[in-house]
Amino acid sequence: MALTSDRTTLGLTVGFVAVALLGVFVLPDWLLNQILVAFSRALAVVGLLVLWRTGLVSFGHALYFGLGAYTVALLGRNYGIGEVLVTLPAATLASALVGFLLGFIVRRYREIFFAMLNLAFSMVLFGILVKTEALGSTDGFNVEQPTLLGIGTDDAAVKLTALFLGVCAIGWLTAVLVHRYLGSILGSLTTAVRDNEIRVEYLGYSAAEAIHGKYVMSAALTGLGGGFMAISLGQVDPESMVNWTVSGELVFVTILSGPGSVAAPFIGSLIFELLRTYAFELVPYAWQLIVGGTLLLIIFFLPGGVWSVLSRLAGRRGVEP
Amino acid sequence: MNLLLTILVEGLGYASYLFIVSLGLTVIFGVLKILNVAHGAFYAWGAYLCAFLIGEFSTMGVSDLGTMVAIPIAALIVGLILGSAIERTIIKNLYGRDEVLIVLATFGLFLVLEDVILLVFGVDPYFAYQPTYAMPGVQIGGIHQDGYKLSMIVVSLVIGLISWAVLNRTHWGKLVTAIIYDSELAVAMGINVPRVFYTVFVAGAVLGALGGAYIAPTISVAPGFGVEVIVLSFAVVVIGGLGSIPGAAIGALLVGMLRAYAVLQWPEIELFVVYAVMAAVLIFRPEGLFAPAKARKI
Repeated sequence: MALTSDRTTLGLTVGFVAVALLGVFVLPDWLLNQILVAFSRALAVVGLLVLWRTGLVSFGHALYFGLGAYTVALLGRNYGIGEVLVTLPAATLASALVGFLLGFIVRRYREIFFAMLNLAFSMVLFGILVKTEALGSTDGFNVEQPTLLGIGTDDAAVKLTALFLGVCAIGWLTAVLVHRYLGSILGSLTTAVRDNEIRVEYLGYSAAEAIHGKYVMSAALTGLGGGFMAISLGQVDPESMVNWTVSGELVFVTILSGPGSVAAPFIGSLIFELLRTYAFELVPYAWQLIVGGTLLLIIFFLPGGVWSVLSRLAGRRGVEP
Repeated sequence: MNLLLTILVEGLGYASYLFIVSLGLTVIFGVLKILNVAHGAFYAWGAYLCAFLIGEFSTMGVSDLGTMVAIPIAALIVGLILGSAIERTIIKNLYGRDEVLIVLATFGLFLVLEDVILLVFGVDPYFAYQPTYAMPGVQIGGIHQDGYKLSMIVVSLVIGLISWAVLNRTHWGKLVTAIIYDSELAVAMGINVPRVFYTVFVAGAVLGALGGAYIAPTISVAPGFGVEVIVLSFAVVVIGGLGSIPGAAIGALLVGMLRAYAVLQWPEIELFVVYAVMAAVLIFRPEGLFAPAKARKI
């Protein structure tokens, strides 16, 4: 299994190195910033992709996105820690831990109930954050200047490039590891659970445990994405990090990208980010119209998402490990 | 004592319009098996059209009490025109697809309809307080109560009873029950299932719009206010049990009372108390408190 997937790993490596090189030598700063934000969100979308392969959609992953973002921000504000080698792992771990605990509950649910229960949990966190002065209430607060191995910089352009390279590296690592995971026996259970849970149980695997594992994984990745987003934007607040609209965006990008490959979320996320920037400039009041219309079009005419178009253009079948 | 009474009346008023909206949502889910996020858009459209019509009627010289006609008119227009158009074009093509995908499709629809409101009615808020002036206030236990709010409670009771009677006491209700139980078998028995689906969807849309139209005179109708109600009425129907009318009533009462209590006594928890209860109910009774028994199919 792992051997046949080498082409995808190679493709991912080439792709990310190409983006990183282009970013450093060719692309303008504004585009670099867009890629930074897009890839931060893409990390979370990879998490949702793992769940979606299992046939589960969560309408509440803003919970983990917000947890990651607030972990990074709080470490900076309360302890003055901006070291990304501390803050980002902390964000990932915090989300994974909460995901592990809530996983015992949500793993018993499927379909709409799974989606709605997650939504309820995320709205509880949203309610707490909005009403708690100590956590910044509705205004939120600023994120500590990030440092790497103690080195920080005030030069905006250097900082942007460093963050951009960081998100490329972590994105590459995440994509390769998740791809490896999906190719493993445990990962292959994702599709099997979606198709027929009872047969999975007959094979001697626990569907609930398989789902629990994927849930923790998606929580961790979403937390990492949220942490990166907090650093990229330099600010956290409940509305843009934890509200249900954030969950909606994550699900939208997942559908837009398609389940075909772990590379898809990065492409889908970038399209989403560019679409948003241009839509706000061209038609300021029609952003939701565009998002909603796109969602409908994809569901009706392009169930495989953007990735299915790309793989069709490339003249090969979609990668389905 | 007075506080208790205030919470009770506040909660009832809030519960009554939540019930009307949730009733539409739960009936559509019960019959069509579609969790319709676009329901929030029907609600918003009903409110906007109602506020707009009240304004128009008022400038035409209709009395304050007379402007209340706008409420049923707006609900019917939105339900019959927008509701049928959406069923015919989009929902019809979704029957039988994956449940979660349907939710996402209706979510897309919701976003589109929300923005169309902005394009049609503009971004400025609408105010239409005329009907609330027309209703006389009532003294209950020495506290002045808004007559309009009390009328809402009566209307929601009547609507709840009518829906229950239609579903349980008429031939048409029997058809619907048969479809809920097993739609394939219903087709085999010669029931025109697509027509029933269509009728139920439009009826649900009318209810959603009615909830919005009724609440319109008491608030400022501004962009984005359909969002809150859709998440809240989800909580209501999930607490009560998806597809159950008594469940929607209990859920609305619970949510209404909790929120009234939180607003008056403990504002810090206002935002999440409803969701905490929803999570608790889902954990202990995944099907909701009053979910109809599922037909066991082998």
